[in-house]
Amino acid sequence: MSGSPLVCHRSRFTRATPRPGLGYTDAWSTVQPQKRDVKELLARIRIRYRYPRILLRAMVITDFKLRYQASLLGYLWTLLRPLAIFTILYIVFAKFLKLGASVPYYPVYLLFGIVVWGFFVEATTQGLYSLVARADLLRKISFPRYVVVLSIGASVLISFALNMVVIVFFMVLMNVPVRWDVLWLPLLFLELVALSISMAFFLSALYVRFRDLNYIWEVCMQAAFYAIPILYPLTLIPIRYARLLILNPMAQIVQDARYVLVTPQTETISQLYGTPWVRAIPIGITLIMVATSVVYFRRQSRSFAEEA
Amino acid sequence: MAEPIIRVTNLSKDFLLPHLRQTTLKGRALNLFRRSHTVEVQQALRDISFDVERGEFLGVVGRNGSGKSTLLKILAGIYMPTRGSVTVTGKLVPFIELGVGFNPELTGRENVYLNGALLGFSKSEVAAIYEDIVAFAELEDSMDQKLKNYSSGMQVRIAFSVATRAQADILLIDEVLAVGDAAFQRKCFEHFRALKKSDTTIVFVTHDMSAVRQFCDRAILIEDCEILAQGGAEDIATQYTALFNPTPSGSEPASALQSHGKRWGEGAMRYTEVAVPAVLDDTGTLTLEFEAVAEQDVDEPVYGFLIKSSSGDPVMGTNSLLKRQPTHNLRKGERVQVTWSLPNVFSDGVHLVDVAIADRHGLAIYDWWEEAATFTVVKEEKTPYPVTPDTSLVVARAGAAER
Repeated sequence: MSGSPLVCHRSRFTRATPRPGLGYTDAWSTVQPQKRDVKELLARIRIRYRYPRILLRAMVITDFKLRYQASLLGYLWTLLRPLAIFTILYIVFAKFLKLGASVPYYPVYLLFGIVVWGFFVEATTQGLYSLVARADLLRKISFPRYVVVLSIGASVLISFALNMVVIVFFMVLMNVPVRWDVLWLPLLFLELVALSISMAFFLSALYVRFRDLNYIWEVCMQAAFYAIPILYPLTLIPIRYARLLILNPMAQIVQDARYVLVTPQTETISQLYGTPWVRAIPIGITLIMVATSVVYFRRQSRSFAEEA
Repeated sequence: MAEPIIRVTNLSKDFLLPHLRQTTLKGRALNLFRRSHTVEVQQALRDISFDVERGEFLGVVGRNGSGKSTLLKILAGIYMPTRGSVTVTGKLVPFIELGVGFNPELTGRENVYLNGALLGFSKSEVAAIYEDIVAFAELEDSMDQKLKNYSSGMQVRIAFSVATRAQADILLIDEVLAVGDAAFQRKCFEHFRALKKSDTTIVFVTHDMSAVRQFCDRAILIEDCEILAQGGAEDIATQYTALFNPTPSGSEPASALQSHGKRWGEGAMRYTEVAVPAVLDDTGTLTLEFEAVAEQDVDEPVYGFLIKSSSGDPVMGTNSLLKRQPTHNLRKGERVQVTWSLPNVFSDGVHLVDVAIADRHGLAIYDWWEEAATFTVVKEEKTPYPVTPDTSLVVARAGAAER
């Protein structure tokens, strides 16, 4: 990726300072390894990531301006969509099939599950298309390619934040008690974002090569919706299978997040296995995913301009 | 001598031919079983080496598909070299085209900010130069309209206006001059002159030899993925022109029936012979001699010709109607001799001649023969303009210096 001196297979591609723009010196290219206090390091990082930051900002703003253009309700759709899905699922599963009878605050519990899952689906699906959709830019400008995927991640994250406001509103409405456990929520969201964005990176690079990936991913998402306890409480299925399902990082995140925010009367990975340390497995999967996508994306990003 | 700002060493670039690539998982899976790994490699650049000095204005010329745009993209860091190396020492504008990233659904103002971001300007930096940009583009009144409502000329103006603000050591430009009207092109040229003075290094890909002659210090001619020649701009421009028009040998008149040009018309009359001197030196008169035959009875046909530069831009032309010169009525089978003479005002280089016959009103074309002949002008004085008439110059001291 541009920025650092590039070394690629069988060729040398050195560029001392490819950053365009104004108002900075080429400090980072002339490294002085002797004295390197924290301040200097921070300044170097700021200069190093100046261009990606400006680009990211511009792309996210553009994306938001364009997304709901010429639509009647505009940004409200960000909130209306999960609410509409929630209403349908609530009527079908809670009222007719009585799925959530055993769970307190089931509507909030269900809506929260949908919002968390929706973040994953949106980030990965839109992420998958991101590079190919920006092919014109990739072919004509040299810029850090990760910005494209990151900009999708950022706009999905903003929608997610708006949805969380709705969740809080419902919690107040239904008098859901807030417990100290809620302090775990930022860590769980961090895991969620890491997993979703790294999947997005991986899929976007893979989609450049394999253009039928979008169909496969769509089916995967449909299947995963039912393989993750979003609609149903985990108590409904035999413990053997429940123990298997909960190893999926998304299942672990959804259940843990509900536990800390909505109600302790839900099955988390700790309860199924009797120890909190089993979390190492889904968290490990997430970390492996992050590492894999960083390596794969970096390797592939050299040829995006030719293939996207 | 200082270190070159760009150094390209033994650079090669291969592309895998897209239609042979496995772009679906199914294709990839099937191929695993067939074990047919016949990937065809297309070479785009082969063993290219050159240096660009700081402050140099380098022209890169070559035919379509010769690999010059690929070279520019590698310099810009968009493509990676397959073999060899590129070393760039300095800030480089990542743009190789105008208006990249423009979005038709956004307003002019929003696009300026977006484009500015791609150039590395933060929001406040764009805000600081926004008024200048708009003024330069002369679009003060339409910045809040969506870009899709702009004419293409307006879009180019705004794009160029943003791009001129880029501050960098190296600028890579791909065919900028191919767009925009004459007034806009003049603005581009003015900007280039200013850049040249300000010690910016420019690599400029173009087909426009007059631009090469006018701006470039040096040029590279790329043909078939390789550097065919590099050297002075004038020399390279001449060699490039020669690629298209294999130089007529000797001074024998070019034969009429070189039929590479297009030819159309109703056919009531047609040219049978075209005689144009192959080479014309500095002074003298250009004589174009044509013979035509009437295939039907025709009344007062109009005879005309058009002279074009090697890139196909018209330089001059006229016809008997414009000259209000009466012509004969012809019976079927009659032949006429048409002779034009004019001073050789043309610029150095190869020129193309179109000839035509039309009806008495100049409307129905009987015979239009594109590039019926070519001639080469050799002039001591090389200018980048379409004509180079004989000029005289007197410079005299007008008096003692004032002290």
